[in-house]
Amino acid sequence: MLDPARAAPQGLVNPDGAPATKRFDVYRNNVAVSLTEALETAFPVIAKLIGAENFKKVAGVYLRQHPPSSPLIMFYGDRMPDFLAGFAPLQHLPYLADVARLEQALRRSYHAGDAAALDAAILQELPADRLMTARLEMAPAVHLIRSRYPIHQIWRFNMEQGAPKPAGQGENVLITRAEFDPQMTTLLPGGGTFVAAILSGRTFGEAVEAATAQVPGFDLTQTLGVLLGTAAIIRLNEEQDR
Amino acid sequence: MLDATSHRFDKLPDAPGVGYKPQHFSDLLDAPGPVAWLEIHAENYMGDGGRPLAQLRHLAERFPISVHGVGLSIGGEAPLDRDHLARLKHLLGWLNPASFSEHLAWSTHDSHFLNDLLPLPYTKATLDRVCDHVDEVQNAVGRRMLLENPSTYLAFEETTMPEVAFLDEIARRTGCGLLFDVNNVFVSATNQKTDPLSYIDSFPLDQVGELHLGGHDEDQDETGAPLLIDSHGREVVDPVWALYEHTIARGGPKPTLIEWDTDVPDWPTLRAEAERAAPMLAAALA
Ligand SMILES: [Fe+2]
Repeated sequence: MLDPARAAPQGLVNPDGAPATKRFDVYRNNVAVSLTEALETAFPVIAKLIGAENFKKVAGVYLRQHPPSSPLIMFYGDRMPDFLAGFAPLQHLPYLADVARLEQALRRSYHAGDAAALDAAILQELPADRLMTARLEMAPAVHLIRSRYPIHQIWRFNMEQGAPKPAGQGENVLITRAEFDPQMTTLLPGGGTFVAAILSGRTFGEAVEAATAQVPGFDLTQTLGVLLGTAAIIRLNEEQDR
Repeated sequence: MLDATSHRFDKLPDAPGVGYKPQHFSDLLDAPGPVAWLEIHAENYMGDGGRPLAQLRHLAERFPISVHGVGLSIGGEAPLDRDHLARLKHLLGWLNPASFSEHLAWSTHDSHFLNDLLPLPYTKATLDRVCDHVDEVQNAVGRRMLLENPSTYLAFEETTMPEVAFLDEIARRTGCGLLFDVNNVFVSATNQKTDPLSYIDSFPLDQVGELHLGGHDEDQDETGAPLLIDSHGREVVDPVWALYEHTIARGGPKPTLIEWDTDVPDWPTLRAEAERAAPMLAAALA
């Protein structure tokens, strides 16, 4: 159905009983166009980075290699990051895969389940020894995208008027959703390691240790401020209630 | 977590409705005009939360909602997608909408979802299969569904039954209702060189719980014959309005949806289509 070189199936006819070649192509074309549009909606920054015409061509290759496996077209494109990473004609733009990862995570975050934020006082009032062995649970809308490239700056430069030209090193981008709109925050050095450890189920103490080992002056207060200020944390689980 | 919405509307009114688009949220609430109900595509509300479900919950307080599925592939050869059926059951259970409908079409092939509504041949074998699928859906979701007549661009040599007889038999056997898309009748009749009036006159309108009106694009096939494409991207054309008036004169007024899914216009333009349907419905009531 998706391969334009394949002949139309036998037995499809026009009103005069003749083979309905062009009529079949209408269906074939509708499928390709609708999936291409779904990918354009999903990856607007990728489309800007490579140009709209190139994006249509890339989408055409992608949708034939990875047709949707579910009717939830709002999530179609999960394999785009890996596809771009391996797509030979675009190897000169090595940051595309991570930008696509960021765009896909924003979409996932938009549709993620609702969850009420943890009351900051619970965190602040817990004795330090108990805090160190506790685990923080993040909202379903929280994602962390770690990249060797300044992907948040690249995203902003393409989506926000007047945003500065991307410069500098890799970024750890935290996606949160306090209400309905996903929000991106670039974490300070060490912050990415801390949040990654929390997301992988490590205790608070283990996460602090991992971040400090990587960045000796790791600013825990600043990172916690970001997490509490963006409704990222929804629960604090202590060992005994697990 | 979202709470289940209250059971406020158990039926669509015999009035105009529109396909809901998020960009119309505020305008629609401020100035609905004659728009008395809304239709949503089920698949767009199968996320876990966020704005789509919050908006839907809000709208459901005020408008009867029709849930229109586009992803079940009821006309397909493959067994129904159980995961998808479970998602549908969950959505219908949470929302408790006034109506639920799907298409007589298929969209899944080799476990791939093709995102279009593809036609099927009408034979004894496909009839049995569609009836099994409709039974399975109605049992799974625990409610009656409406099945929509398709728009078609071609025919199958295999076909042995007229489409109307095929749909009539499905409704008889499964107890499902029918959704009658007037634009689809016009599109198919033009493409198949058949008479839309005799299609309407032979259709079991007493089984119809909802009407659809939408716009189409005009093209030609390789022989120069007209080929209408069911694009839902513009105004309903005059000949379709005429067929609509004929339909409600014969079958009585029914909930009537304006479908506009691509190149979606601003709210006043969409509402104007509902405003055109309203007096026709009133005339059919008189
Ligand atoms: Fe329709």
